[in-house]
Amino acid sequence: MSDIARPDKGSVAINADECKGCGLCVISCALGVLRQSDSLNRFGYHPAVYAGHGCNGCGLCFYACPEPGAIAVYKRAAAPRATQPELVAA
Amino acid sequence: MSEFDILHQRAKCFYDSFERKAELQHQTHYCPGCGHGIAHKLIAQAIDELGIQDRTILVSPVGCSVFAYYYFDVGNVQVAHGRAPAVATAMKRALPHGVVLSYQGDGDLAAIGTAEILHAANRGEPITVFFLNNAIYGMTGGQMAPTTPLGEKTTTTPFGRNPWTEGYPLHVSEVLSSLEAPVYIERVALGNNKMIQQAAKAVRKAIANQVQGLGFSLVEILSPCPTIWKMEPADAQKWVREELTKVYPLGVFRDKTKEAQPRPAPVPAPSLDELPKIFSAKEGRPPALAPAAPCRRTVDLRVKVAGFGGQGVLMLGQVLAEAGLDAGLEVSWLPSYGPEMRSGTSHCHVRLSNHEIDSPLVSRPNVLMAMNEPSLRKFLPAVEPGGWIFYNGTSLPEGAMRTDVTFIVQPFIALADRIGDTRAGNMVMLGAMLEATGLLESEWVASALARLSKSERWLDLNRRAIEFGREVIHREVSI
Amino acid sequence: MPKQLIKGNEAVVRGAILAGCRAFYAYPITPASEISEAAAYYMPQAGGAFLQAESETAAVNMLYGAASAGVRCMTSSSGPGISLMQEGISYLAGSELPCVIADIMRGGPGLGNIAPEQGDYMQVVKGGGHGCYHTLVLAPDSVQEMCDLTTLAFELADQYRNPVFVLADSFIGQMMEPVEFPERAILPPPPSWAVRATAETRKNLITSIYLDPDALERHVRKLAAKYERAEAEVVRFEQVETGDADLVLVGYGIAARILKAVVRLARAEGLRVGLMRPITLYPFPKEQIGDLARTASAFLAVELSTGKMVEDVRLAVNGRKPVEFYGRAGGSVPSAEEVLGVIRNIAERYSLVRGQSPEVAHV
Repeated sequence: MSDIARPDKGSVAINADECKGCGLCVISCALGVLRQSDSLNRFGYHPAVYAGHGCNGCGLCFYACPEPGAIAVYKRAAAPRATQPELVAA
Repeated sequence: MSEFDILHQRAKCFYDSFERKAELQHQTHYCPGCGHGIAHKLIAQAIDELGIQDRTILVSPVGCSVFAYYYFDVGNVQVAHGRAPAVATAMKRALPHGVVLSYQGDGDLAAIGTAEILHAANRGEPITVFFLNNAIYGMTGGQMAPTTPLGEKTTTTPFGRNPWTEGYPLHVSEVLSSLEAPVYIERVALGNNKMIQQAAKAVRKAIANQVQGLGFSLVEILSPCPTIWKMEPADAQKWVREELTKVYPLGVFRDKTKEAQPRPAPVPAPSLDELPKIFSAKEGRPPALAPAAPCRRTVDLRVKVAGFGGQGVLMLGQVLAEAGLDAGLEVSWLPSYGPEMRSGTSHCHVRLSNHEIDSPLVSRPNVLMAMNEPSLRKFLPAVEPGGWIFYNGTSLPEGAMRTDVTFIVQPFIALADRIGDTRAGNMVMLGAMLEATGLLESEWVASALARLSKSERWLDLNRRAIEFGREVIHREVSI
Repeated sequence: MPKQLIKGNEAVVRGAILAGCRAFYAYPITPASEISEAAAYYMPQAGGAFLQAESETAAVNMLYGAASAGVRCMTSSSGPGISLMQEGISYLAGSELPCVIADIMRGGPGLGNIAPEQGDYMQVVKGGGHGCYHTLVLAPDSVQEMCDLTTLAFELADQYRNPVFVLADSFIGQMMEPVEFPERAILPPPPSWAVRATAETRKNLITSIYLDPDALERHVRKLAAKYERAEAEVVRFEQVETGDADLVLVGYGIAARILKAVVRLARAEGLRVGLMRPITLYPFPKEQIGDLARTASAFLAVELSTGKMVEDVRLAVNGRKPVEFYGRAGGSVPSAEEVLGVIRNIAERYSLVRGQSPEVAHV
């Protein structure tokens, strides 16, 4: 986990309804900020969830994910602001 | 969100919602951890980056990716099993500005479609092929693929793939790289982050090549199939990385991107007004003329011309038919057709008539032109009483006689030697026939000859041969 | 434009190009190869695509691609090659793609020979591929019709979004007759459903797969309605002296040309014989043959086969009158005199009337 005091370089948003719980994003993440949820989504998969902080915006999870829109990756804008984004994480 | 910029998200050339899909329209039909989804994503991203969404045509195969058109918001064509390269070939030739992508699995490309991919590659079709190799038949439930590694158990190799019975894993990239034409062939894998990044580069390059007009590009993608392999997605990815890459080494097998030239543009099409002219210029022949003075006689000529192949039987008939056309008559010319065209006997049926010709087959000729004895014997009985028989010989062979027909017996071919070429014997015979029957004016025959003779030399020879033939029947000729 | 003496196989290509065909894909086979050869010569000059495919299988799928792109396209082959194309023809029909296929029939089955036969009737007229589809089939009996019906085939293919056959035999393909070609060439605009690598056509999809049974049934019924419409609109035939005919001959292609001579010979003997020549084999002129069954005493189907089209004649006559068959196969072609002998025999068996009908005067 990254240092909370420093703002994250990136962020990740996972659309739980598009996730089939394959876990490839989880193993793709060197920082370990993704995991599979203990709960099931409405299709019976354990969707991936973002820990909420620690992402560096590398985008590897995006490429590991077979679904077109299940993962979106963000990087910090040029002029960073103080607060973390409110990301959708079901 | 405002302090974050989007870095990676659903590609623009994916539909937002997959409305062609009956249900679950926000997710793919692929199993969890399937490599198709990743490959789709890499292709979609390249299409976005190259700005070619409107120009792209995706040719979907038979296999799990049969429904690729659910997802890609590009022109979509779904095709028969293995035939995508043939379809893509014609689409690209019809739409050179298009970016035609053929997406095929290992059964599609490497088994049933081997002829199509090999020849499309060999022609250097400027298309892009993505070959998804997961070493198994996924959609049909786990049968052996041509790319299944040795020893692997599948539903159709229950004891493991045995090289003595099933042969060896087929190395498509290596095979295609033995061809001259392909511009770019690389094998990549979806085995880990690094491999996927390399795959992304290869996919983009293969499409960019086509955008630049360069020739055939193919990317073989080693891809996980967790469901049929009966593995967890993470294990399947590992198996791609650690096992499949041993059978199928990764790397660039062909890269002529730097030196490759775009296929030359086709000759521009003539305007529609000019188009019919392409038909009149063939081999420099003058076009047929409207008959200046049509034939006013009653004509019902049913001719059988027969002889050995090489004696000019078909040509004789053709000159007669063309002359009839110039005489304003209805005509037909029908060759006997078969291996005998090259050897043995050959014959043709010619009809000239004032009336519409019912059957172009001449079963009761009123003129038989026999260039050899077998032809004479074969067709003599069929000749109508009162008909003419022209026979190439010094005398009638024994038993080949009828009293109800007129015989003209001359060694026509030998006589042609007198005008310098025995190959004009057929025209000597034609001249004799025209003179004896008095059917056609010389001018009609001359214009027919002008159209049919191969060269000025032949035209001159043929003209002289016909004139000579006309003379022959008026005098005793000895050889 | 003066008439030109030309081979049937070349007339097909000229007719095709004048009708806007700009893509030709085929694999050589005797006796259809002259079509490829002529296309190879003319198509590039017309700004079209010509390619000698690696197989008939590839060729028919190239048509699938060209048709998907909205280009008028054609192929040519003969029996063995048509057999190989059947998979693709089913896909073309399923995906509603227009194209023209010229089949210059030869002897079969198997390698058979290269002499004329009409043995492809079933695989062409009844559809040799899988699924509920038809191809429209036009059967020229002259070189002029090789041109004219090829032109018509392109019109019908577009109109019905369906493959259309020009079904001929090696005699019609190889023989030369004078032809008058259309003075003007046409090039219809590409259809709106085509996939043309443009923003306007990006949403278009060509496919024949409908996973849901209800969806596939809807699709198949749509095709069936189309064929029903074709049956009402497209039927073509030629009748020769059928007005007072006691015996109606039925034949197509080169057989019909022989039968025209047979009608003349039979009439000269006082036999009231006429000819019904189907020009469209699908849709078959079944109503017209049914009408003739009211006035004629008997039918004689003549084919260069052991009896294929005769089944359609029997369905059309529907038991009302006897339907006889005479066929030659393997490349043998009956002479007019030979068929006349068969007719004399039939006339005797059925006690057909000799002499002119009082109502019909022959000039």
